Amino acid sequence: MAAGLHGPAVAMAARILGETAAMLGAERLIRVTSSHVDGCLYHGDSGTHFAERLAAEGGRVAVPTTLNVGALDLLHPGRVQFDPRTAEMARRMMVAYEALGCSPSWTCAPYQAGHRPRLGEHVAWGESNAVVFCNSVLGARTNRLGDFLDICAALCARAPDIGLHRDKNRRARLVVDASGLSNGLKRLDAFYPVLGAWLGAEAGSEVAAITGMPAPIPEDCLKALGAAAASSGAVGLFHVVGVTPEAPDLATATGGREKLRTIALTAAMLRAARDRLSTAAAGTDRIDAVAVGSPHFSAGEFAALDRLIGGGRFAVPFYACTSRAALGEIERSGMLARLVAAGVEIVTDTCVVVAPILPKAGGVLMTNSGKFAHYATPNTGFATVYGSLADCVASALSGRITRDESLWS
Amino acid sequence: MLARGTVLIDGAAEGTLLRLVEPISFWGGVDPATSRLTDPRHPQHGVAIAGTVLALAALRGSSSSSAIMLELLARGIAPAALLLGEPDAILSLGIIVGREMGYKAIPVLALAAAEQARLPQGMLRIAPGGAISAG
Repeated sequence: MAAGLHGPAVAMAARILGETAAMLGAERLIRVTSSHVDGCLYHGDSGTHFAERLAAEGGRVAVPTTLNVGALDLLHPGRVQFDPRTAEMARRMMVAYEALGCSPSWTCAPYQAGHRPRLGEHVAWGESNAVVFCNSVLGARTNRLGDFLDICAALCARAPDIGLHRDKNRRARLVVDASGLSNGLKRLDAFYPVLGAWLGAEAGSEVAAITGMPAPIPEDCLKALGAAAASSGAVGLFHVVGVTPEAPDLATATGGREKLRTIALTAAMLRAARDRLSTAAAGTDRIDAVAVGSPHFSAGEFAALDRLIGGGRFAVPFYACTSRAALGEIERSGMLARLVAAGVEIVTDTCVVVAPILPKAGGVLMTNSGKFAHYATPNTGFATVYGSLADCVASALSGRITRDESLWS
Repeated sequence: MLARGTVLIDGAAEGTLLRLVEPISFWGGVDPATSRLTDPRHPQHGVAIAGTVLALAALRGSSSSSAIMLELLARGIAPAALLLGEPDAILSLGIIVGREMGYKAIPVLALAAAEQARLPQGMLRIAPGGAISAG
């Protein structure tokens, strides 16, 4: 490919892939069957020029490829407040990635927009939450690819054969025992981002097997766990014994290895992790906005939101970031009209921590997302308050923070 | 010669040593328009990395850091060279892509944190092959 038989764009991608693989110590490239590209978010003109060069030189992805969020909400013009020049460069970047044959999915939850590789399939994905979901919940195999390497892998249908492509690196080296926690806590949606935030800080990039969990666990809870773990740490794969596909039992998850480091979770450890997700000063009682949907909200999460609102109307802006796929579902069912009437502001194609969407800096943002809680303060200047979806809805209806603490003690 | 690094990207460079006392993520931590460190929680907040021999004992990292590295190269405000305490492909990837785009590449050497700590303050010269000497 580097010889140029497939055209100059593929040749360039092959050179970048080959050089990076050599630097990583990979002995070979492995064939992949799908890709998810995170490099389509605008960080400067150079990224636009790179994508446009690949497109101008005839580049075309060789495997089904979805796109992560861009910097613009193409369905809701005016939602993102860029100056006109930045908006134009961000738009050109999104157009170039579409011209390369990528599907305009514009979501960080491609796995809930029809892109679901099978157990054991080798793929090349970018975006930390998508990578951890793909490995852990689907059992497909990918490393966390840096921006630009993802599109190069998609053009060549190859990725460096290292890390999580290899059996031995997928086995747990750390056991997390959740059996000491109450079942009530483990059934709470707000438990999962907190468990993830704790795991990322503790495990770094190590693969953990979590035991003592109820089965099954809703997919949206596993999605929240992984996203939080991949923001507070570099977790690319976790196992939940009895729940995720590579962990029918502990021995399988660890590959039979014994005497692994084991941590018994306590409610106090989780309360500490939960409290780290809130950066607002103690005693804060008002919020300026709520944001949900990192990773992008699913149709199922919208249904839960719809039930919780129960005909009320929000007193502060309530942003729900989602994919076009989930938006289509709730539009067809008629739920969207109800949500909009209640004051839900729908954000598609992008999200509130990667693009200037929030009304003004310096306010207080409430969220049920471990990932938003991690990035909102450095990226937007907003202080954060973490709570369950029910807490977020109750607080947005009144404008005052309401949190149900009963199950955390 | 003061030390020899393991070549990740070969090349020659000269610049003042800038040792980061805490790890950063280039995405969210370096302003691609000015090369300054932007994370208010970082002790060297406000310092510009352009033209320095940047010593990173440890990395913290968003995978979008390669995009920030590419933008620094495109604007001509990248460090003169990188010394990495642990192997990493994210920043180097930005440099490999930059070379393809016709931007000037910079050398990247792997050099253990303990050896980085022994380098003297001031100008350093990096020769092809990874030799580091006083500038």
